[in-house]
Amino acid sequence: MTTRRKQIHLGVHFPGVNSTTVWSDPESGSQIDFASFEHLATRAEAAKLDFFFLAEGLRLREHKGRIHDLDVVGRPDTLPVLAALSAVTERIGLAGTINTTFNEPWELARQFATLDVLSGGRAAWNLVTSPDAFTGENFRRGGYLPYAERYERAAEVVEVARTLWDSWDDDAVLADAEGGRFLRPGAVRPVEHHGRYADVVGTFTTPRGPQGHPVLFQAGDSAEGRDFAARTADVIFSMHSSFEAGRAFYDDVQARLVAAGRSRGDLKILPATTVVLGDTAEEAAERAAHIRRQQVSGPTAIAFLEQVWGRDLEAYDPDGPLPDVDPDVENISITRGRVRHARDPLAIVAAWREQAEANRWSIRDLVIHTTTRGSFVGTAQQVAEDLDRHVQEDASDGFILVPHLTPHGLDDVLDQVVPLLQERGVFRTEYSGPTLRDHLGLGRPEVADQATELAG
Amino acid sequence: MSQHHRHRTDLSAPSVHLGVDLTDAGAHPAAWRDLGSQAQRLFDAQRLASLVATAQRGLLDLVVLDDAFSLQPVQRHGAQGRLDAALVASRLAPRSAGIGLVPTIDTTHTEPFHVSKAVATIDHVSRGRAAWGVGWSTTPEAARAFGRKGVQDEADAVDEAGDVIDVVGRLWDSWEDDAEIRDVATGRFVDREKLHYVDYEGIRFRVKGPSITPRPPQGRPPVVVRATSDAALTLAARHADVVRLQATSLDEAVAQRELLRTRAADAGRDADQLRVLVDAFVVLADDEASARARLELLDDLEPRAGASTTFEHVGTPDALVAAIDAWVAAGAADGFVVRPSSLSTDLDALVDKVVPTLQSAGLFRTAYPGRTLRDTLGLARPANVFAATA
Repeated sequence: MTTRRKQIHLGVHFPGVNSTTVWSDPESGSQIDFASFEHLATRAEAAKLDFFFLAEGLRLREHKGRIHDLDVVGRPDTLPVLAALSAVTERIGLAGTINTTFNEPWELARQFATLDVLSGGRAAWNLVTSPDAFTGENFRRGGYLPYAERYERAAEVVEVARTLWDSWDDDAVLADAEGGRFLRPGAVRPVEHHGRYADVVGTFTTPRGPQGHPVLFQAGDSAEGRDFAARTADVIFSMHSSFEAGRAFYDDVQARLVAAGRSRGDLKILPATTVVLGDTAEEAAERAAHIRRQQVSGPTAIAFLEQVWGRDLEAYDPDGPLPDVDPDVENISITRGRVRHARDPLAIVAAWREQAEANRWSIRDLVIHTTTRGSFVGTAQQVAEDLDRHVQEDASDGFILVPHLTPHGLDDVLDQVVPLLQERGVFRTEYSGPTLRDHLGLGRPEVADQATELAG
Repeated sequence: MSQHHRHRTDLSAPSVHLGVDLTDAGAHPAAWRDLGSQAQRLFDAQRLASLVATAQRGLLDLVVLDDAFSLQPVQRHGAQGRLDAALVASRLAPRSAGIGLVPTIDTTHTEPFHVSKAVATIDHVSRGRAAWGVGWSTTPEAARAFGRKGVQDEADAVDEAGDVIDVVGRLWDSWEDDAEIRDVATGRFVDREKLHYVDYEGIRFRVKGPSITPRPPQGRPPVVVRATSDAALTLAARHADVVRLQATSLDEAVAQRELLRTRAADAGRDADQLRVLVDAFVVLADDEASARARLELLDDLEPRAGASTTFEHVGTPDALVAAIDAWVAAGAADGFVVRPSSLSTDLDALVDKVVPTLQSAGLFRTAYPGRTLRDTLGLARPANVFAATA
């Protein structure tokens, strides 16, 4: 007797602003034109993937006090794009990042309930937090939320949103024309919440969506972020795609999940990853190296070093040796709007110099080697086996595939790898239900007990 | 028919502008109880898409979707509940063409940065068919839902709406049209000289900018303001591309439109770049008696609150055509936002009976003149304030 193999969950990521998208490639298309979004979402749906994922940005990144101009810049608003995609797709989940720091729970809860209703139960919310004053300069709320408080606010925003979603019963709309009753009496209840970060009183305007609550994603990797996800999220969007790091992360999160009183399987762990295919392993490796070189242009390599050095390094040749000056450890604001990588610049630079010398690496070579993340490189067969092994051995529950080209970058993976996973019996050949919760095997939340709600 | 329209057949000749309000089941509070209203599908995207398809078949300029952060007050038998209008508009964009999409988005409790990129995105998704119906909230219900500030009176809320329109427009301009350069030789994706901080500092909020979203296809999607008070009329004169007037008589509309144009000129604007649409509550039937009977039936089910504040037409399609012609000829309006008493009945009548008659009279276009809503409205694409001063 064979045991049923663990089923893989797969999403596609529409790349936002980043250095992984190779915009300089002649095959790179628009990151703004709706046709690009439609292409990736409909192709992913044809391959029966779980969801399409879209990130957000709230301020253009800056480098050395000026808008960073080397990477893709410019993206549309997350939720309207997902709403538009709900018109051109039927089954695939529609997941979007929305910041909890610069949004109000009433408005967010309405928007996600609306997306869930419009899409027939396919909405997901990737909760992120942003404590920094740099982003805050674009918002009324503005200012700075102390780092430690960002998950407190996020938790309260989610709590209020859930209360609002539950304030309409599933069958609240009666529409009894003859009797003249539009809403079922008592099926829509007022909500009252007075907390530290939110003060919300009223009767919600928007029906409960088909999923009850949209699926909740979480992407933070700190201990607080992992605990928050373990308490709150349905899916973790992780950055740990290598096998060992994935296993360690998986174990850590499962322990936190159990500690939070939830069960294994309540929380799917999906690392972001890239896939590079070739007819042979060698060809795939060559292609991967070529892509990495395209991703790290000379100016990009210098800009990367500048973040660690805290200095202007424009005078240095990206194809030459590492700069001979020491980092300016006081200058920590050279790059704004992205996560800083370097906590101890002096130590990092010392290690890099050693590596570069030993391998005869130029600046660009070093940056390529330093910034290469875990990815799956090989023939379609090799990649399918490798992805499956990660999931069967609990390094993840599946993956969020990140293309290096917009919008065609995943065509080959969807065409070649997904059928092999289906042959292995580890990926669906048809959607089994209409909602994203169905795809992910997640239960549908019942309307919370009203007494509990009002106590919130 | 007035003489000056009668022989107009040229496609490029100005056309009456017609929008339709797709809010709820219709403008009458009992519309959801009307036969065929599909009230159980009030929140169904397919129902909305089919209404837009009908409006598009009639070549109407635009559809408007109202919105508010508070639940409709409990009437005797009224329909309640709303979806987020901006997301509904975006949902309707990919499977429609030609027709403008006008969601109402609040300015009192929202983040101007979010409003800016939401409307810009609907414009990108629809390839230039978005407009923004500017809303503001003066109710304690909306203020308590957000819990961030006290209730605002109309003067204050309208003033704030002006600030928000101002900064949203600058955010749309914060990317010049050709900011994306993809210059492989220098490794630069954008020309940062063509991206601009808006550095907005008002008394209520600040916004740094630039937007994260490239300039919308229309440059600036049209701004639609309902001139429901003197303060709102002033706001419209300063900022609107499309003004929704409420007037019960032709003379009142002429006076309002003149006042609006004067104030627009005083604010340094070209008054001919304003499109003034009068709200028209409409009950259509093949004879007047049937139309009256339908309205009575609806009023019986759920009386409308208070006296009407705007033009009403209860009667035949031909009589509505005559009224439209008379109002436009007299300079009372550039067109109308039709508010069908009941979408399930009156929208079809508008599209299948009123529009063809207007067309054969040479009063209404027989094709969309271009691809964008600005093309349809005959409004120029605005210059970029940052590029102009650079």
